[in-house]
Amino acid sequence: MRITQGAFSFLPDLTDEQIRAQVQYCIDNGWAVSLEFTDDPHPRNTYWDMWGHPMFDNPDAAALMMELNECRKVYGDRYIRVVAFDASHGWESVKLSFLVNRPAEEPGYRLERQEASGRSIRYTTKPYAADRPAGNRYA
Amino acid sequence: MPALQQDLDGQDDIPVHVDLHAEFEESGVKDVLAELDRELIGLAPVKKRIRETAALLLVERARKRMGLAHETPTLHMSFTGNPGTGKTTVALRMADLLHHLGYIRKGHLVSVTRDDLVGQYIGHTAPKTKEILKKAMGGVLFIDEAYYLYRQENERDYGQEAIEILLQVMENQRDDLVVILAGYADRMDRFFASNPGFRSRIAHHIDFPDYTDQELLQIAGKMLEEQNYRLGAEAEAAMADYVSARRTQPHFANARSIRNALDRARLRQANRLFENARGPLDAETLSTISAEDIRASRVFAIAVRNEEEQAP
Repeated sequence: MRITQGAFSFLPDLTDEQIRAQVQYCIDNGWAVSLEFTDDPHPRNTYWDMWGHPMFDNPDAAALMMELNECRKVYGDRYIRVVAFDASHGWESVKLSFLVNRPAEEPGYRLERQEASGRSIRYTTKPYAADRPAGNRYA
Repeated sequence: MPALQQDLDGQDDIPVHVDLHAEFEESGVKDVLAELDRELIGLAPVKKRIRETAALLLVERARKRMGLAHETPTLHMSFTGNPGTGKTTVALRMADLLHHLGYIRKGHLVSVTRDDLVGQYIGHTAPKTKEILKKAMGGVLFIDEAYYLYRQENERDYGQEAIEILLQVMENQRDDLVVILAGYADRMDRFFASNPGFRSRIAHHIDFPDYTDQELLQIAGKMLEEQNYRLGAEAEAAMADYVSARRTQPHFANARSIRNALDRARLRQANRLFENARGPLDAETLSTISAEDIRASRVFAIAVRNEEEQAP
């Protein structure tokens, strides 16, 4: 199951050329771009690991593409996203984030039902990948 | 060339003719070169080399448009010359030129020295160098006094690590950034001799000659003009004497020495006005540097002493 998180995720995967253009757009807007990766694809998992620092003063997207290629070499089997942070006063938050790498196999989510008091049922989703220990979920 | 002709006919958007002169004007290269001519005094061989490089890149670009086989030319350069001969200034113009020709995307110049690239402890150098390289991408990385990167006497020096990363990026990401190394001629030669990787990756070696006395005088005039100062009647002659005397003394740094001399002359002028002024001063007085402001320089005292030592 293809996970859909962040912008552009209902589109086919972006090519490197398209990623570069999007990143350049972010930089031209004055946003700091950075890379984050994870192997826990749960939609409520907001704490992805950072790959290097946010790039506040790089005027060209080539810098991020270089880091992306490095990151893919190490964590090519995980989800990697580009995060564009707007530091301007009043925003100080992420303006755009999109996936730039995903594992070859995405097993998807299991729906769990928990029977609670009375006849009520609590629902929760769990990624199948999370059954395995962190670090070798997509190996 | 039938095969070639066929290729050209095959695609509609490929131009059959190219007007190099129109390209020259449209791309803004003409303006950059004109500015270079106007703003930089002397440096004839450097200007000639830049003109040639611009022509090559322009032709290369036209060939690319016509679909002729081409490879991104290697644009890394080395600027050698004595201090104060305009290496940084020319590098700035070069970035502008390459930007207009479309060989770099942003056209900014990141100027660094060894301190910015090499770390202080193990594992510090690579991230530091990469950070700088990332900042320079899309533009020009200008490494001043590049030979300090390599310390022959210490084989565990971290400079070697920075050199390796630099070489790798210079080779693999030629489209993303242009590296310009600068420094004194003899030490750069030694640097290249011990790092053959650098020499082979650098296509353009440009040598910056020293300025002549006449050129330095012109530069002095220009610097003062920019600051709304001018030389008084006798001050011109004093400046000419100063230039020829300064040249023979140690630590002569061409245009930079002139700039420092002028700064000190302004200081003396301000002091003189402050001490001697009676009543209100007009703009003319405030912006004129007189001969005594220049003659008071230590350079003349040293020159006289040197002559006295040689005389007996």
